[in-house]
Amino acid sequence: MSSSKAPSRYDWPLRRVALLLGVLAWLGLLLVVPLIAMAWHVLDLGLGQAWHEMAESGASQALWRSVWLAVLAVVVNGALGVLAAIVLVRHRFPGRRLLDWMVDLPLAVSPVMIGLAYILVFGRGGLLEPLLLGTGWKVTFAWPGLVLGTVFVTIPFTTREVGHVLRELGTTEEQAAATLGASTWKTFWKVTLPNIRHGLTYGATLTMARSLGEFGAVMVLGGAIAGKTDTATVFIYAAMESRFEAASYGMALVLAALTMALLAFLKALQPSSPEV
Amino acid sequence: MGLSSSHAATLPASPAPSRSRVSPWPWLARGLLFAWLGLLVVLPLGTLVVYALADGPGAFLEALGAPYAAEALVLTLWTAALTAVLNAVTGTATAWVLVRYRFPGRNLVSGLVDLPFAIPTLVAGLMIVFLFGPQTPLGTWLDTVGLPIAFAPLGIVLALQFITLPFVVRAVEPVLMDLDPAEEEAAATLGAGLLFTFWRVLLPPLLPAIAGGTLQGFARALAEFGSIVVVSGNIPGRTLTASVFIFGEVEAGRNEVATAVCLVLLVLALLLQPAARALNRLAGASHVE
Repeated sequence: MSSSKAPSRYDWPLRRVALLLGVLAWLGLLLVVPLIAMAWHVLDLGLGQAWHEMAESGASQALWRSVWLAVLAVVVNGALGVLAAIVLVRHRFPGRRLLDWMVDLPLAVSPVMIGLAYILVFGRGGLLEPLLLGTGWKVTFAWPGLVLGTVFVTIPFTTREVGHVLRELGTTEEQAAATLGASTWKTFWKVTLPNIRHGLTYGATLTMARSLGEFGAVMVLGGAIAGKTDTATVFIYAAMESRFEAASYGMALVLAALTMALLAFLKALQPSSPEV
Repeated sequence: MGLSSSHAATLPASPAPSRSRVSPWPWLARGLLFAWLGLLVVLPLGTLVVYALADGPGAFLEALGAPYAAEALVLTLWTAALTAVLNAVTGTATAWVLVRYRFPGRNLVSGLVDLPFAIPTLVAGLMIVFLFGPQTPLGTWLDTVGLPIAFAPLGIVLALQFITLPFVVRAVEPVLMDLDPAEEEAAATLGAGLLFTFWRVLLPPLLPAIAGGTLQGFARALAEFGSIVVVSGNIPGRTLTASVFIFGEVEAGRNEVATAVCLVLLVLALLLQPAARALNRLAGASHVE
């Protein structure tokens, strides 16, 4: 190949520079500049003011509620997600496609829509309301509703991440363990789980970030009752509506920082191969 | 083999592994997952469909005829479609730059692309308001030019662009990585122009990935709520999208109208999702083999 005619990937002709600058400008305008604008705005209002307003309007309660919801979502979807990934990748059975489809569905459904759907099932006059009345539990406008909404929107993450890892892993090691006489259970703990721990951590972190940021479902299902069903995002919205701007923007900054820290953690996890 | 040791004693000492003894665990696991997802995903969405159609198709259409319902759906559809088209172009360009170019800060830029997956969408909406809102210098200037972003359809598109940015990039990247630059170089050596090389050599293998990512972004944009509710100003008939409209109807206790609009969105989601998955599988298969 004559190197004089074919462009090597390390040359920098004008059109390459233009495309690179164009992409960087687009990403900068869309992602970086708004972030700086928000940080600037909060600093402009004053961190002291934001802190003061947040402390007065129960911000820490709302934030803790969000953190607990995220932890619950990670535990529930972590356990069931690993099970679902194993079943979907390793088993062949009628209805596998259907199961796969059900796991992915929450990605395409609007959180507001699922909030309404849960109200129709568990709320007043709902399908399962008679069942709940007997137990004295309340789902809508209460803590269980928040849990349901948060768990629903984060169903796909662990299954997908662990599924990718399982598919690439193959079954050689598991078969070897089984041949050597290890039980299914032992094979899982000693062979499968250590192998998928990266995918599991990845899925759990995505679940956590998505839970912290969930708004539509918890807003509809929780009803935004201050001090009872307001999460961090609902707090941001409610504070903005009632003109506690500093509290609202302060909480937004806290959430942005938290979720960006989770993202940085994910990036640190990724193997530092030059091609990714 | 050794799955239930209690039975082992009664079995004949045959060296051949007996395949006839089926373990119950796989079936229990599948049953548990079907029950779990059935309760959490299928039952509520099914209830929604039944509720929307309970009084017949006439009542469903009448509910859709509620003030501003059709406008909200149309607005959602065109803003999401515009977002998807923009994504197809900018996402492919971004993936190209990330895979083919080596420049300082490339890892940081690659990390930035994932930012929308992490940042809460409500916060993303606030960020856009802080930059383009009516009180900001940029916002005032855009207003005088006649191109307002906050509380206008353009703001909705911008918010959706933020939310859906990673889809096309992440779909195209792995396919592009496996594409041999030698093919383009060969085309160039043979005298093919830049456009010809792009259309005939580059685009065909990338197409399933681009289309898959674009559809995923489109479906995601149709469902978006958090960022739009703060950016758009929610003016009925002008900047009120379907999700925000549903929210308002639920708050007002008009569940019939809310479920009718939900059903339209749900049908769209159910059509788009399998299509996006099939395209992604196609793209994935072509880059594995």
